[in-house]
Amino acid sequence: MRRLFAPWSLNLALLVALALASLLSLGLGAAPLTPGEVLAGLLGTGSTEQRLIVQQIRLPRVVLAWLVGAALGASGAALQGLLRNPLAEPGLLGISASAGLGAVLTLHFGLTAISLWLLPGAAMLFALLATLALYLLTRRGASNLTLILAGVALSALAGALTSLALNLAPNPASVQDIVLWLLGSISDRSFDDVLLALPFVVLGLMLLLATAPALEVLALGEAEAASLGVDLARLRGLIVLGAALAVGSTVAVSGTIGFVGLVVPHLLRRLVHHRPGALLVPSALGGALLVLVADIALRLLDTPRELMLGVVTALVGAPFFLALVLRSRGAPG
Amino acid sequence: MSLLTVDGLEVRIGARTLLREVALALEAGELLGVVGPNGSGKSTLVKAIAQLLPHRGEVRLAGEPLARLPARQRARRLAYLGQDDGVRWPISVADLVALGRHPWQSGGWGGASAARAARDREAVERALVAAEVEALRARRLDTLSGGERARARLARALAVEAPLLLADEPIAAADPRHQLRIMELLRAHCARGAGVVLVLHDLTLASRFCDRLLLLHQGRALAQGRPGEVLDAANLRAAYGIEVLGGSHQGEPYLIPWRCLDDH
Repeated sequence: MRRLFAPWSLNLALLVALALASLLSLGLGAAPLTPGEVLAGLLGTGSTEQRLIVQQIRLPRVVLAWLVGAALGASGAALQGLLRNPLAEPGLLGISASAGLGAVLTLHFGLTAISLWLLPGAAMLFALLATLALYLLTRRGASNLTLILAGVALSALAGALTSLALNLAPNPASVQDIVLWLLGSISDRSFDDVLLALPFVVLGLMLLLATAPALEVLALGEAEAASLGVDLARLRGLIVLGAALAVGSTVAVSGTIGFVGLVVPHLLRRLVHHRPGALLVPSALGGALLVLVADIALRLLDTPRELMLGVVTALVGAPFFLALVLRSRGAPG
Repeated sequence: MSLLTVDGLEVRIGARTLLREVALALEAGELLGVVGPNGSGKSTLVKAIAQLLPHRGEVRLAGEPLARLPARQRARRLAYLGQDDGVRWPISVADLVALGRHPWQSGGWGGASAARAARDREAVERALVAAEVEALRARRLDTLSGGERARARLARALAVEAPLLLADEPIAAADPRHQLRIMELLRAHCARGAGVVLVLHDLTLASRFCDRLLLLHQGRALAQGRPGEVLDAANLRAAYGIEVLGGSHQGEPYLIPWRCLDDH
């Protein structure tokens, strides 16, 4: 059969692009560094100053971009495969909104003064609660439509409670904290943030990637997939849990960043010949690349204040989403 | 021993009983047609046999109760081709057919052995040839006609290489030529030793191609046996409320639905 590319060559191309974008990102900042200086700083052969800037100040931002993008991209691809709908994404199931609510509540009550770990902890707790609700639904044999409707309801509830927290905010400063946090950003992060998100993102990604063979078969529809031995309840559970862990933990450290999970799988789908299982790994790599590039772009733009990452992805993603909806009235994909 | 035996099959959804006291037996190499009006329980019957619906009663494959087989074992011995074309992504015909090999592949991490992969490739080739879609292998599903797509989906089910094939209205979306083609392909599948349970609406094709027929009416088996006995005037009146124009051409029967009967 004629193939445009082998899957590994697409993944390799994405990895190379990711490495180049990472070098570029590590060189950007108040003290610009050449790629050679960045490499020297990374390997520890450069000056102390270079090593400090690259390893301590700029590397956490780059690694967070990888984690956030991979979590969103892989979750988007998995959810689109599960719901057999190219418009699905992590935001759709209410996981992002619930995690956001947890973080907003800690800001509202000023709990961040007690411990810096409370905000990410609350975000992950709320993401897990939302996921648990969705998981219990799938355990009871809920259809995909029920799952989507439950996700919409969860999103709406979390959004309403977030608005309530803003509405009743004790002072203007906490309003500003909440709003800025909701916009989503990965600037000024440390390795503490990376270490907080890393284990959950890795675990979530492993759960998601393990579903690839079953997702591939689910392309046939639920009845025929079940007849081929696919355990639908287990598949739903793995994807919902994996997406919650990965997305919840990244929301905890970066705020809500939308549309990456929608756009990335859509852009890559043709290159894997529309196979839902084969789309998972490229979507994780492509998501990491997109978030990294967006984060580079907002630093290169000459704006009065640095733009927030969530603002940039939404500005690019929302028109894309609209175009996708208008075009998909015919055939999906 | 029969390839498939079904005994006392009953399916209830909530307070409604969709199927009651259905029994049948199918030998290897036999083509059993399931006919009956809309809502008579045809799709429910094949889904229950495929263990896709909760049911009472027993379904045995070569003497073994299907409900007790692990999902993967069951999937290797029973292929199910659903009524609804659920494929939403425009994947290629070859990728579609290869999905039929899933029950034979190791799940999760770790690649298949080279020997396993070669066996899967050969099975996919055989299915592509058997369903006459080998020339379409590189085509995307969204570029196929309804009849071509029906054959590609049939090839996916054949690729399982299970001794039993359950096919729910595989000819519904096909033009007359494709309908005849698919019936011939199913006959050839039986000639290779498989047993086929086929749901269909066309009474002429059912009479000509099936070894035996099961006529369902309101969830019960109204008649079962040779096509000529099952599709007699009284049974057709009772099940469908129609009068049928029948005859034979070149020694084979034909049945044309002629008019509705008012007393139905």
